[in-house]
Amino acid sequence: MGYSHVSRRDADAIVVGAGIIGAACAEALAARGLDVLVIDAHIGGATAAGMGHLVTLDDNPAELALTLDSIARWRAWAPSMDEASAYRGNGTLWVAASADELAIAEAKCEALRAIGEHVEMLDAAALHRTEPALRADLHGALRIADDGIVYAPNAVRWLLGRHPARVRQRLAKVVQVSGSRIELEGGECLGAEIVVLANGIEASTLCPELPIEPKKGHLAITDRYPGLLSHTITELGYLTSVHNTAGPSVAFNAQPRPTGQIFIGTSRQFGSHDLAVDGPVLARMLEHALGFMPVLAKLNVIRCWTGLRAASPDSLPLIGRHPDRDGLWLAVGHEGIGVTAAPTTAALLISLIFGEPPPISPAPFAPERFIEAGVHA
Amino acid sequence: MPEIIVNDCPTPVPDGVTVAAALAIAGLAHTRNSVTGMPRGPVCGMGVCHECRVSIDGVRRLACQTLVRDGMRVETGR
Repeated sequence: MGYSHVSRRDADAIVVGAGIIGAACAEALAARGLDVLVIDAHIGGATAAGMGHLVTLDDNPAELALTLDSIARWRAWAPSMDEASAYRGNGTLWVAASADELAIAEAKCEALRAIGEHVEMLDAAALHRTEPALRADLHGALRIADDGIVYAPNAVRWLLGRHPARVRQRLAKVVQVSGSRIELEGGECLGAEIVVLANGIEASTLCPELPIEPKKGHLAITDRYPGLLSHTITELGYLTSVHNTAGPSVAFNAQPRPTGQIFIGTSRQFGSHDLAVDGPVLARMLEHALGFMPVLAKLNVIRCWTGLRAASPDSLPLIGRHPDRDGLWLAVGHEGIGVTAAPTTAALLISLIFGEPPPISPAPFAPERFIEAGVHA
Repeated sequence: MPEIIVNDCPTPVPDGVTVAAALAIAGLAHTRNSVTGMPRGPVCGMGVCHECRVSIDGVRRLACQTLVRDGMRVETGR
């Protein structure tokens, strides 16, 4: 198939995947005056399955830089976002269930304060006053004030609608990507100077050299209980459970939606592409949540579902030029932080495409860390 | 015949029926409001659609999955 000789150009840029990452990339490309075609197969991904938590994460300097820069961009967008996108700057509380966890929270607080973040420690009494629905004997919490939430599927619509003259959308399944050429199911080929792969867990079906594995997660949502929680609540033990990849792990994560509903999470399990709700894992997750928020037992859960996070081996996304496929750019592998990291992922990718100063250091996200040049040409 | 209290109104109902059935017998089709304030009523009758959510003795429950009990307080329309 002599793709390289086909000179047809159907857009300045083609974005594969209309989740939050694809939408942010399309918006950023269109803002530069490019005509953008966004192709999505409507098979669902992480964006619609997740919580839409905009969360500062400080596991490593690269993740911290990515999430901080990106949350600042969400905050800058917020005044112009539509109500349906449901942005709220309601902050995160990392709750400590032991003295050890409280010490971890205090260390995080110091480190974040030192770089100018709006953070504070709540002692046990202050935590109880702030979130009386939580178990009263928690040791305290770290409050990260600038974190927030969005309703990601609507944020996608908002992003894709910002430059209506320059962003077209098409429902189609991409079956092959060859640099700046793509082939759709049915045989139609499309070309553009820039092709951005932003289709999360599906990326490795098009580019098998991408080391992206599904990390399945469960979520539940309740009926409406306005005012029950104000912050997104995450247990500090989350950090240890996230890194335990041996088997299914659960951690407490609860988030108040603007409707008054409460999201309850979370679980992680490797090696499953099966989207069916796993009863025992869901039961463990809810039981664990009850330990932090006993009132949950009296709430009515109306839906449970799962999603697949697209996880890379080092838990950082791949953002940048594909080392081996001319014209192909990658924005994949965001695992649980795709919604948080979408604005900066797009800004970083744009800076790399146009050869401009990047908003954050691109090196930790370079696809070269997993893909050897010259192997897949 | 048991009596339940629907929105502060004592309502006699047949024994052994669900709250959804009792509401239907009483001529009440409106169980809850959607997020945008639109009225909703029971659709599936088998615990799947969740449209029949009501407050029963202060707890949000599915009317179609809850049997009536004498003195039960049911609140609809929120």
